[in-house]
Amino acid sequence: MQGTATRERFEQAVLPHLDAAYNLARWLTRNEQDAQDVTQEAFLRAFRFFDGYQGGNMRAWLLTIVRNTCYTWLHQNRPPESAVEFDEEIHSSESSVGADPELQALASADKVTLHRALAELPDIFREVLVLREMEGMSYKEIADVASVSLGTVMSRLARARTRLRQSLGAALGKES
Amino acid sequence: MSCKLTQRFVPGYLDGELDLSRTIEMETHLQVCAECARELERLQALRTAMQRGSLAYAAPEGLRERIQSSLRGSAPAVVPERAGFWHSLQFLRPPLLLRWAAAFAVLAFCFVTAWQFLPGLRGPTSEQRLAAEVLTSHVRSLEANHLMDVVSTDQHTVKPWFDGKLDFSPPVEDLASDGFPLVGGRLDYLEGRQVAALVYQRRKHFINLFVWPDASVSNSAKTLASQQGYNMMRWSRGGFQFWAVSDVSAQDLADFVRRIETRISPESK
Repeated sequence: MQGTATRERFEQAVLPHLDAAYNLARWLTRNEQDAQDVTQEAFLRAFRFFDGYQGGNMRAWLLTIVRNTCYTWLHQNRPPESAVEFDEEIHSSESSVGADPELQALASADKVTLHRALAELPDIFREVLVLREMEGMSYKEIADVASVSLGTVMSRLARARTRLRQSLGAALGKES
Repeated sequence: MSCKLTQRFVPGYLDGELDLSRTIEMETHLQVCAECARELERLQALRTAMQRGSLAYAAPEGLRERIQSSLRGSAPAVVPERAGFWHSLQFLRPPLLLRWAAAFAVLAFCFVTAWQFLPGLRGPTSEQRLAAEVLTSHVRSLEANHLMDVVSTDQHTVKPWFDGKLDFSPPVEDLASDGFPLVGGRLDYLEGRQVAALVYQRRKHFINLFVWPDASVSNSAKTLASQQGYNMMRWSRGGFQFWAVSDVSAQDLADFVRRIETRISPESK
């Protein structure tokens, strides 16, 4: 049957990106069961749109759908996130020569601390870090997935990294 | 000491997003600018930490199977939306279910209405299933680089090649003089039986002509269908069933079929 053939073609093309899809959903929903449901729904949506897929970057195409599905889901199931403050300064800390405390903090950050710091970032910052650092996507690909400009990708990525560094520094500061 | 380049270019340098000349410029600059060098070092430390933390989640066991089974219930060939909709519901949990139910309530109503008035929606007929199979065979023959088992533009080479491979002798005609050169043939399967697939070319396009004996249908007129950008024609003649499928225009395909018919049974035209 043609439906079978289409499905097989879809599975061959799209299922290899299941881990990437689940990872993004997992980081955006921050819950395992929700991530599974959202991933599954995203795959069904992708299957419906599969005829409209024009070729090109399959992973970016799929992750765009996953992301949209996540945000629809978040919008309906989660209280809105407190507005992201855009006034933060990229902190250029004291120029001490020799031991760099931030570098030490980053070098000794453990998995749990990192995980918490990333999970606490606002969605729009968390997603660019997930796409960049875990999926290794280019700025262009991230811009496509998040439907924003390259400039926005760069500024979000910079803010995301700054925030993550700050919260890692703060977390480690508390412990010691 | 505040370097203008630090925020503008260090992240891009880290991510390999700078163009070549800017990359070289940054490499030189990093050797003399302590601020940029330190920023780069920290960003690298952050990246290393994230990699070390192995933060990426792999899909849990069973999710793949869950998705596959939900796809299986989704979108059959002829009426994609209808079955896809109902089946997908079974796998969604209540919050999603409610959402889908709301979103598609109107659609469902339309389908129920259509169901009563359009018998064509009640599932694929055997001919539709066969059409789907023919189309799949055609697409697969092009994709899998398995278009031809016997490559020849000579009908007297192609026709004997089928001897002993099939329990019938398909009519093989070359239409080179008509602009549809025969380029080869292969064995294929449709509805669980062996059929002859003759491959013709029209400029850059291929036409698959499937032939098999079928006594159950009397000589019938040509019917034309188009699916997913492919054109298909089927007809019966002299105890054979013929299906022609290609991405050439419907007009070209009709022309091809007319010429084949003329060759196979000259008396009929």
